[in-house]
Amino acid sequence: MKVTLKVFRFNAETDYLPHYDTIEMSIDPRDVVLDVLNRIKWEHDGSFTYRRSCRHGICGSCAVKVNGRSTLACKERMVDMIELFGNELTIEPVSKKRVIKDMVVDKADFWKKYETVKPWLEAKIDEHPTMENIIPPEEAEKLEESDYCIQCGCCYYACPVVEVNEEYLGPAAFEKAYRFTADVRDYAKKERLEIVDILGQGVWDCVKCYECAQACPKHIDPIGKITKLHNQIFEEGVAKSNVATRHAVGFKKSIEKHGILDEGHLVAYSEGIGVLKHVPEALEMFKKGKIVMPWNMPKSKNLDEIKKLVKISSTVKF
Amino acid sequence: MSKLRYALYTGCTARESTPELLKSTLAVAKKLDIELVLLDEASCCGASHLQDFDDFLSLVLNARNICYAEKHGLDMVTICNTCQLNTSMTKLRLDENPELKAKVNEKLEEVGLVYQGTSNVRHFLYALIEDYGLNNLRKKVVKPLSELNIAPFYGCHNIRPSELHHHFNRSKENPYNPTSLDELIEALEGNSVDYEHKNKCCGFHVDLQAPKTSNMLTGTAIADALDNNADVMVTPCPLCHLNLDVKQKAAMKTLGRDLPYPMPVLHLPQLIGLALGCTPEELGLKHHVTEVPV
Repeated sequence: MKVTLKVFRFNAETDYLPHYDTIEMSIDPRDVVLDVLNRIKWEHDGSFTYRRSCRHGICGSCAVKVNGRSTLACKERMVDMIELFGNELTIEPVSKKRVIKDMVVDKADFWKKYETVKPWLEAKIDEHPTMENIIPPEEAEKLEESDYCIQCGCCYYACPVVEVNEEYLGPAAFEKAYRFTADVRDYAKKERLEIVDILGQGVWDCVKCYECAQACPKHIDPIGKITKLHNQIFEEGVAKSNVATRHAVGFKKSIEKHGILDEGHLVAYSEGIGVLKHVPEALEMFKKGKIVMPWNMPKSKNLDEIKKLVKISSTVKF
Repeated sequence: MSKLRYALYTGCTARESTPELLKSTLAVAKKLDIELVLLDEASCCGASHLQDFDDFLSLVLNARNICYAEKHGLDMVTICNTCQLNTSMTKLRLDENPELKAKVNEKLEEVGLVYQGTSNVRHFLYALIEDYGLNNLRKKVVKPLSELNIAPFYGCHNIRPSELHHHFNRSKENPYNPTSLDELIEALEGNSVDYEHKNKCCGFHVDLQAPKTSNMLTGTAIADALDNNADVMVTPCPLCHLNLDVKQKAAMKTLGRDLPYPMPVLHLPQLIGLALGCTPEELGLKHHVTEVPV
């Protein structure tokens, strides 16, 4: 099977701008992407640089992007890539702005943020334990495989918020925070939740785009863990009253009152006095008939049913 | 082809800040002889925010919405990507977990409802493509859009997570290279614009708490469409629409880019309606903050 590869090339020490090498190659469909990276180095240009180590999808070092899709090179079969994208494939590093050389990126920001959530168990263990500090199987299930994260960075570099907000800790760090907040042995649950509750760096800045879930080669579903962290922040009484938490709570209040959302009131409830900054925008919308006045606010039919269900099904108080 | 009938879950936005979406959906359905039964009993889907606060309550409310489609014996169609995500995610979780379904039904029975799992839940876009068919749609075009370069903006929740959407749609959209909107544009004889950000996030869900992030993402998408000579953008998601249309000036300001011309942003049914010969009034084109020259 023939493929045409466009391969990203850049050396931070010598190049001002990156370029792409175009390479045509016959491949065995059973090859994985890493086989192709090896052949580029061995058969086309020995200076081509990339990271690889375990060759079994557990060290996370060989993450690259193929046609924009983050992937572990040692795990991803070429036949699947060709089925998704055809025979013209572009191979790039997971983050072009962090490149040191070709496929090798500087992951310093990733690791710094990862450490912020204290990625280790905080348990009170006797200095001379007589038995292992084990977790019952039913409790282990609540971790939802979050301990399978290999820190490859695929989710982190796929996240659009990471690209525009340097403070944002990102999906890998959140996923790891959940790994321990869901562990019954951990004593630092509130401390971790307080770290991920901070606006700007924490879970409230997630745009809910599902890029992280799509990118994760271990199918760990980072955004699912982000949602769980949101839930735990409320359950553990860590949530502070701010625009983000009031926005979440406002949905319940609005549904209880109208069935459907009162969008205008939701913004006012979430923002508090800060709602004034939306006045120019609101005026523009009003002129175009995009704002419903309170006296015309539509309500769901059979609203009593909704009110009753909210009353008997609510599991969280705030 | 027998007459298509669906239960329409409008979501909240089409009843309030994007009235033109509901108007144009109904106009297009009428032109195509598709019957839409409005689910006036439905509540908000929670938009992924109620889910952050109270997951179980969101499951009960979304299951209740599906119950009403089931009562009509119809499949549900949605016209908002986020409604689609939350409703289909609820359905999948309940259908795959009998224990959870029983817990939810215990609450629903208190109001005389039972979630059974008999209605499929699809976005109107995929119902059109899969049931009506692009070839049939092509035959209905009376005003081809051949003069227009149209940039499709897919919106996250219609394409990711792909496993969820592959479960409900026969069209197996590739989230890294989605094609449904492009194919639909071609069926309307428009020129679909290929650009990098067509499958990226608009940032709507952090508009309030992180406006800079939201504006950067929205602005980047508009700038990318502009740089690829788009005359107009189209989206199947009213939340993306609100960011791209209402917040267009603010987004470009945050991005530090001047707009050579305002970028009109159409809802999916508005674009279809234009090609089918609906009037601007029927499509509610006057409701856009970024004006649509017609």
